[in-house]
Amino acid sequence: MSGEIVKSLIVPAHPHPVLCPEKNEGWQKVRDAYDEAKRQIEESDADLIIIYSTLWPSIIGHQIQADPNPEWVLVDADFHDLGSIHYSLKIDEEFAHAWSKSNLSRGLESRTVAYEGFPIDVGSVVALKLLNPDNRIPAVICSTNVYSNRAETTVLAKSCLDVIKAQGKKAVAVSVMSLSNRMFTEPIEPHEDRIHSPKDDEWNRKILEFLEKGRLEDVGQLSRTIHDQIRVKKVVAFKPMWWLSAMNNNRNDLTGTVLAYEAIHGAGAAVVVLDPESNGTGDKEYDEDDVDFYGGDRDVLDSESSNDDTPQMDTGPALYDPVEGETTVNTSKAPKPVGAYPHARREGDLIYLSGVGPRQPGDNSIPGGPIKDASGKPLDYDIKAQTKAVVDNIARILEEAGSSIENVIDVTSFLVDMDRDFQGYNEVWAETLGKVGPTRTTLAIRALPTPIAVEMKVIAKA
Amino acid sequence: MAKGSIVAACLAPHPPHLVYADNPPQNEPNSEGGWEQLRWGYERLRESIKDIDYDVIVIMSPHWQTYIGTHFLGVEKFQSKSVDPIFPNLFRYNYDINVDVELAKSIHDQAKSDGLAVKMMENPDFRVDYGTIVSCHMIRPEWDKPIVALSSNRGMNYYSVEVMQEMMIELGKSTAKAIEESGKKCLLVASNSLSHRHFVSETNPPEDMSKEHITSHAMHLWDMRMIELMRQGKSQQIINEMPEFCEQAIAETDGGALTWLLSTIGIPEEPAKLHGYGTIIGTGNAIMEWPVREWEAQV
Repeated sequence: MSGEIVKSLIVPAHPHPVLCPEKNEGWQKVRDAYDEAKRQIEESDADLIIIYSTLWPSIIGHQIQADPNPEWVLVDADFHDLGSIHYSLKIDEEFAHAWSKSNLSRGLESRTVAYEGFPIDVGSVVALKLLNPDNRIPAVICSTNVYSNRAETTVLAKSCLDVIKAQGKKAVAVSVMSLSNRMFTEPIEPHEDRIHSPKDDEWNRKILEFLEKGRLEDVGQLSRTIHDQIRVKKVVAFKPMWWLSAMNNNRNDLTGTVLAYEAIHGAGAAVVVLDPESNGTGDKEYDEDDVDFYGGDRDVLDSESSNDDTPQMDTGPALYDPVEGETTVNTSKAPKPVGAYPHARREGDLIYLSGVGPRQPGDNSIPGGPIKDASGKPLDYDIKAQTKAVVDNIARILEEAGSSIENVIDVTSFLVDMDRDFQGYNEVWAETLGKVGPTRTTLAIRALPTPIAVEMKVIAKA
Repeated sequence: MAKGSIVAACLAPHPPHLVYADNPPQNEPNSEGGWEQLRWGYERLRESIKDIDYDVIVIMSPHWQTYIGTHFLGVEKFQSKSVDPIFPNLFRYNYDINVDVELAKSIHDQAKSDGLAVKMMENPDFRVDYGTIVSCHMIRPEWDKPIVALSSNRGMNYYSVEVMQEMMIELGKSTAKAIEESGKKCLLVASNSLSHRHFVSETNPPEDMSKEHITSHAMHLWDMRMIELMRQGKSQQIINEMPEFCEQAIAETDGGALTWLLSTIGIPEEPAKLHGYGTIIGTGNAIMEWPVREWEAQV
């Protein structure tokens, strides 16, 4: 299966375009732009709408809505006099659970929520009411973590992409957000509405100029500056561009269209559509580190005991840069070798991979945990997480070679504890490579060079 | 008509964990307890005010956040379910709340005439925020008193803690004036924690007290300092140090409720009573009471 992002949107969160667009020419233009975006989604072959809402803050990692049919009546905290919005949404429960699970496998804290009466935030309700009024396309909604940084937000998107690919979804990614978010702090008449200050307006137009040129990653990398310049420091900082850019593989050559830019009670409200077709131009002006797995501190609760009890991890043998040669294939997206060999070689129509384990590129961490500490003391570990990480590493190496996981034809697997691990390994196999259908041999061995439980030797078609 | 008065003012934190741990019939999730130090603190507060005759609870919560001035609940009855968007696993509470709209409107009108941006919230579909519900439940689980609920105007976000405090001090004066003219006896409540840095992961079960502690020593020092200032009656010093406290302890007092409360009772030099202190998912929480009725009796 090959899922993909078919369209990305930036849309405003205020309720005015739903409840009273007719009261202000600009609000009506935002509503019209929403309607145009809806039309474009309907014309695409999208089968999933993914909402990243800046108006749903979370503390315990990221939360993903998994109630298949949340229903309630929403009233905005500030604009309650504009009326109530009744909502009944259709959520892709299966995708929600898979995304949360994928988050965990990439080192993030994550959970799904499915409770009657859960207060879906105003941004998500407004966006789905206008983009998907008849619930033709199932949606999924994710919170914004109050404390998350760029790395976490980027990894959140990558784990979402993992699921899109695994489930073969054609997804629309939506960031619900204001540009400048400074509202007037006193009531105004609708006809008095305008962007709060010339400075806010100037920055908004610069952001939109970038987006119209498809330079999403550049806007992402300006997020901290934008936050300082035109954002009131509310609960959630200006981070949705990090998510949206990562959802688009950090590209700067998308095809961008600004459908509307208006003021809503002083804040910058824009409807922007970003199509994945390359506009043929653009490259990154500067580049922050890319990140695939979150390795930050997530164990605050255990900090007191960490001084005494945390086992010293077995860091394994020294790492090598992969050997370069005429037909070698190497990538920074796969873990470094533990000897002088390449990640893979291309010979004729075939690609031969060196043994691939679950270690992660960059920090060399082991999803699911190592099997022993530095003193050799056995540790509990998750064979499923390790196996999944092996498959992901294989996919990255094959993609670097211009091939894909779909082209794997033969696999030899090595397990250090067949009795304990075969079932979990086999389950992940069935969900991944099992669907591709290569021949397979599974061997029990005494040990591997690093503290891992599984490794695979792969041959694939080029 | 006799002058209205404030019988007591309380700092009453609102983490939903407290209601969850109490297992009241209104809340859907069940727990094995937890956070007893704070729940017993609330018990002491309830004991302290149980014989006091009062008409209404006047409360400000930072979880009804408004950016266009201060808003007031303006519908006489709210009956619905409150689900905490951050801890929905702990708090799904069926509420039935009566509002003293007359007093709310009086404070609103007074504040408006004093030059503050204010608005009545008159949409019957509105859901009352969980901060208001938790604090009121812990203070008066019988729910037999009407409330006046004020939103938290995010002046701090737009300007600074200093500007927020100026606004809250003015709002406190307006509140005091309106209460006095109403002839009603009021219990005043600021619903917020002190230091407010959370853990970002949750134990299983959430009430596993072996994992509960303050997030850092610095947070502990700030919490103890503010409590001690309250215990010594140094309200003005609390206001003076509020900007540093909010910045360094990421304090939830940035929502303005504590400053509003202190202003409403005249920035007292009389000491507050500490009924309890404890941490909840790393944040610092104190239950304090300023027994205003006793000061008036002494005069």
